[in-house]
Amino acid sequence: MEHEKNLIITEETQEIQSQTGEQTEQKISQETTLFAEPIYHTENFIITNALITSWVAVFVLIIVSFFLRSKLREIPRGIQNVFEMIIEGALSLCDQITNNRVLSEKIFPFAISVFFFILTNNWLGLLPFGGFGILEKGNEGLSFIPFLRGGTADINTTLGLAIMAVFGANLFGVFSVGLWKTFNKYVNLEVLGEIGKKIIKDPTIILVAPVTFFVGLIELVGEFAKMASLSFRLFGNIFAGEVLLASIASMMAFIVPIPFLFLEILVGFIQALIFSILLVVYFTIGTSDHESGEPARNASHSDTSGGHKEKHEVVIIN
Amino acid sequence: MEELTPFAKAILMAVGAIAPAISIGWIGKTAMESIGRNPEAAGKILVPMLLSCAFAEAIAIYVLVIAFSI
Repeated sequence: MEHEKNLIITEETQEIQSQTGEQTEQKISQETTLFAEPIYHTENFIITNALITSWVAVFVLIIVSFFLRSKLREIPRGIQNVFEMIIEGALSLCDQITNNRVLSEKIFPFAISVFFFILTNNWLGLLPFGGFGILEKGNEGLSFIPFLRGGTADINTTLGLAIMAVFGANLFGVFSVGLWKTFNKYVNLEVLGEIGKKIIKDPTIILVAPVTFFVGLIELVGEFAKMASLSFRLFGNIFAGEVLLASIASMMAFIVPIPFLFLEILVGFIQALIFSILLVVYFTIGTSDHESGEPARNASHSDTSGGHKEKHEVVIIN
Repeated sequence: MEELTPFAKAILMAVGAIAPAISIGWIGKTAMESIGRNPEAAGKILVPMLLSCAFAEAIAIYVLVIAFSI
């Protein structure tokens, strides 16, 4: 059954000089598997190649940030210019989504670190270090397992990031609007309680309130749908990119894969951007509560309808 | 049943690619139209267009993941 899940993309035959001097032909197959391959087993912990890549990504990020930290100065020089440009652009994008500088300054650190982590992982998977690896006895002959596989090309990494994003958004909501209001978004006890208060003035509430209550329950399911869509989108895109590159390279090894490599660089950037934009959107949704949310949105629309330039920025959000 | 698996994968990919293909075409068409109406906004249209292209493409990618796992 495990074999059914594997797709043999390339089969390299390699002649290995055996120790006795006679030439034997041995097949080394490299399989593109849906799951990350284990490299090292300890007793009850398996180190996969995707895990190693994400460690490398974290290491790279730490090195770069310490290097930048030590070279910080009032008048930016060299690489600090580049990063200031990135941070400024990202913060203004974050502002467009949240419409609130104070809020976006709180959310921004999460979003930008997730962005850099995913971006580094996506691009590490493209590096030609995939040639280094170990040979392992597989079902049929030797199989090649590379040391590096894009950390986001493993469902566990992306699922972890997605769970962090959704739970983080709800925790952020708890800290900013309070536990009771966040709880009432999903299990809407408040609206059930209002039946008793308003039923004399407005009898239709006995029909409306249960519907609102069930909408809340559906939103609870929607949180899990968010996790699934976030994780599968990122994982699928990066994994599909690796499969694409492998199959193109097995057809024609020279020159032809180059445009696809550029495409994958672009896809890696766009997916990291989408993940962090959605994270900011979920965090913003988490901080808004239902009653005061609506008037605020109307107010922002009436504000922006006057200025032509600002209207464009609102359009981008929606 | 085992020998039907390649057909299942082929049908899955073929059917699952229809909707994203239509939607990406639609996104491109509307972007072209809006650039035609207001050529100055081309820079502002590009980024949201790429984002929505990526969202539409993701549906085909879900199909690809499922096709790999059956």
